[in-house]
Amino acid sequence: MPASPALSLSVALIALVALDAYVLLAGADFGGGVWDLFATGPRRDAQRALVSEAIGPIWEANHVWLILVVVLLFTCFPPAFSGLAIALHIPLTLMLIGIVLRGSAFAFRNYGTAADAPQRRWGRVFAIASVLTPFVLGMCIGAIASGRVGLALQRVGQGAGGRGAVNARESFWALFVAPWLTPFTILVGLMTIALFAFLAAVYLTVEARDSELREDFRMRALAAALAVFVTAFGALLLSPSLAPRMSEGLIASRWALPLHLLTGVAAIGAIGALWTRRWHLARISAAAQVSFILFGWAAAQAPYIVPPNLTLQNTAAPRRTLVLFLVVLLAGAIVLLPSLAYLFRVFKSSEALRAGPGDGLGPH
Amino acid sequence: MGDLLAARSQMAVSLGFHILFAVVGIAMPVLMVIAEARWRRTGDSMYLELAKRWAKGTAILFAVGAVSGTVLSFELGLLWPGFMRFAGAIIGMPFSLEGFAFFTEAIFLGVYLYGWSRISGRAHLVAGVFVAVSGAASALFVVIANAWMNSPAGFHMANGVPVNIDPIAAMLTPAAFPQVLHMLLASYAATGFAVAGIHAIMLLREPQNVFHQRALAIALIVGVPAAILQPISGDVSGRYVARWQPTKLAAMEGQFRTEAGAPLRIGGIPDVDAQRTRYAIEIPYGLSLMAFHDPHAVVRGLEAFPRDQWPPVPIVHVAFQVMTGLGTLLALVAVWVAITAWRRRDVASHRSLLRAIAVASPVGFICIEAGWVVTEVGRQPWVIYGVMRTADAVTPMPGLIVPFLVISALYCFLGVIVVWLLYDLVMRSPTMRGGEGPPPTSITSAG
Repeated sequence: MPASPALSLSVALIALVALDAYVLLAGADFGGGVWDLFATGPRRDAQRALVSEAIGPIWEANHVWLILVVVLLFTCFPPAFSGLAIALHIPLTLMLIGIVLRGSAFAFRNYGTAADAPQRRWGRVFAIASVLTPFVLGMCIGAIASGRVGLALQRVGQGAGGRGAVNARESFWALFVAPWLTPFTILVGLMTIALFAFLAAVYLTVEARDSELREDFRMRALAAALAVFVTAFGALLLSPSLAPRMSEGLIASRWALPLHLLTGVAAIGAIGALWTRRWHLARISAAAQVSFILFGWAAAQAPYIVPPNLTLQNTAAPRRTLVLFLVVLLAGAIVLLPSLAYLFRVFKSSEALRAGPGDGLGPH
Repeated sequence: MGDLLAARSQMAVSLGFHILFAVVGIAMPVLMVIAEARWRRTGDSMYLELAKRWAKGTAILFAVGAVSGTVLSFELGLLWPGFMRFAGAIIGMPFSLEGFAFFTEAIFLGVYLYGWSRISGRAHLVAGVFVAVSGAASALFVVIANAWMNSPAGFHMANGVPVNIDPIAAMLTPAAFPQVLHMLLASYAATGFAVAGIHAIMLLREPQNVFHQRALAIALIVGVPAAILQPISGDVSGRYVARWQPTKLAAMEGQFRTEAGAPLRIGGIPDVDAQRTRYAIEIPYGLSLMAFHDPHAVVRGLEAFPRDQWPPVPIVHVAFQVMTGLGTLLALVAVWVAITAWRRRDVASHRSLLRAIAVASPVGFICIEAGWVVTEVGRQPWVIYGVMRTADAVTPMPGLIVPFLVISALYCFLGVIVVWLLYDLVMRSPTMRGGEGPPPTSITSAG
């Protein structure tokens, strides 16, 4: 039995929440890597140590949100997953290489040999991979939003259903590279780095224990906020020509105006809170701002997963699968949510942060 | 190299790499928890040191396992979009459950690694138990997904598309129980003996080192029972394959003819063109007896199936010989350990036994790789046995040799680094003996 629109929409909303969790949590872990790369000034080592201490206990759990999104996509919307995997093969592979190098290098640095030179080398790999991964992730999202991925898929013969072979007359470049490599997608990629760096810097103002370090990250958060604004504005300028569907959706969707307003309020709130040094308020506002940007994208391209032809409805798995998935999700959440709450209480509550670095297995 | 072969090779490299780390992630937490529990019970700080050192090694291996597992979850689509489009709605369920189990594992591993002084002793130990249990649960679910590819269930075909999809029936596929049992035992046996082997080598150098004595004992507690039980689980798996995947069984055994009272072949090289297996030691009635528990049972040979449905016979046969041969060897070493311990003799000072354990150190992992070759190559040319050919599942993107080479190079690089880091970790192990003062402070207060 086919799934009802309400059912596929609810599953899609859960996917969006999981993606939001990935962006807010793992995104900030990648952002931490960005600040490792750009660590400067007299407190350079202290900045790096704080980043490492902040992400150490939680980055692997945060990373699993991505796996949840992937599993959700291929279980509940299999043709959409297959289509994206075909058209975005190259950037997704690059993103995976970034994910592998980031995670491995972090583990090698923190649990491996305590000697100085390898530590620095792994730190460098960790930092560079932390910048490249969100860049490629952003490019993929930009490419989907622009509608070019969907158009390329149609030409590969995977648009509506059934398998197809690559049309020999179409060049490799036109089908598998050009759709995701445009000035628009590059700007979205840069914006993603800026957003993740912004989140990380704001969170780190809460986690820093001395005021000088806190000021370092306050300045970094403000700089990242500026970078977000510049890249977002640039992407918006390019979107009418390079991502027309996106730009229409951002203006025409029923949800567009309220979401834009909420994003604006949250952004002003975050910057105002940073300015007046209200760290906890800044953290909530920054997370809200980034979430509203993500929701804005989702609303702009709803009901499409891959515009212009793969929708929630025409790619949804049968009703039975979706219902069972919701049941599994509920059961999983009963185990997962208390566990996550426990993890963050142990390492991120105010008392835990005041207590300072615990007994991580790090070499410091 | 054609695109299909490149895609298959990339999948093989990715799976072959990931499985090593996944297996460690399943079994190592059990060793850590036993060491920590003994420390909390006896107050012997050597056990604490052991738990912390093992945790450090596990942290490295788990991280590589987590990211290489992420690669696999994407590669299902990147390489096999035709498969995922067909199967996503049917076998997404075990993957989702695996996702939750893995989530739990990652959460409590974070608590375990970084929480030594932040939570109570009991809570810390419980976190370790959660890591061990959720590690086993994620193996359970992900192997169920693989089992479905061997014995697809839970749907009907209508005009080339699956209908009446029943994800629960898909999870209860006949291959699930034998495969899960075999993989879990393999994880404990391989990891237990790998760790035991390392400490056995160290004990051969420094027989009095208490640290290595305790480590050896715990590793063997995990490895020995699993290695002894594994041949029994192998029998369950073999009978499953005989019944449900006759072409795989025929390839494993190099059985070309259909015959009653088929012999068991040990070793040998299948000659596909001549349709016979040369140079094998043949045990009369052995195969019929093992596969069907009846010496006169008819075993269908490859000749009973169209040639285009044969898996690559020599690869499957040789891999199967490697797995069963080395697996038997491991089981024999395990029996030797069990008998020695039962006679109340000290394993840690039994030098020839220590040598055997040292030699057995990599054996379990070789068996696991060979076993996955048997199950995956033996399923060819199908990605879903009898339903979808691998060639019909591959991505239409050309040039797949490039990602194959890139991923292979990346994994080679990481493999070398991991081996070097673990070597470094083992070599820095404490040299003192029992009762010679406190453990080095750099360990207990590592921060």
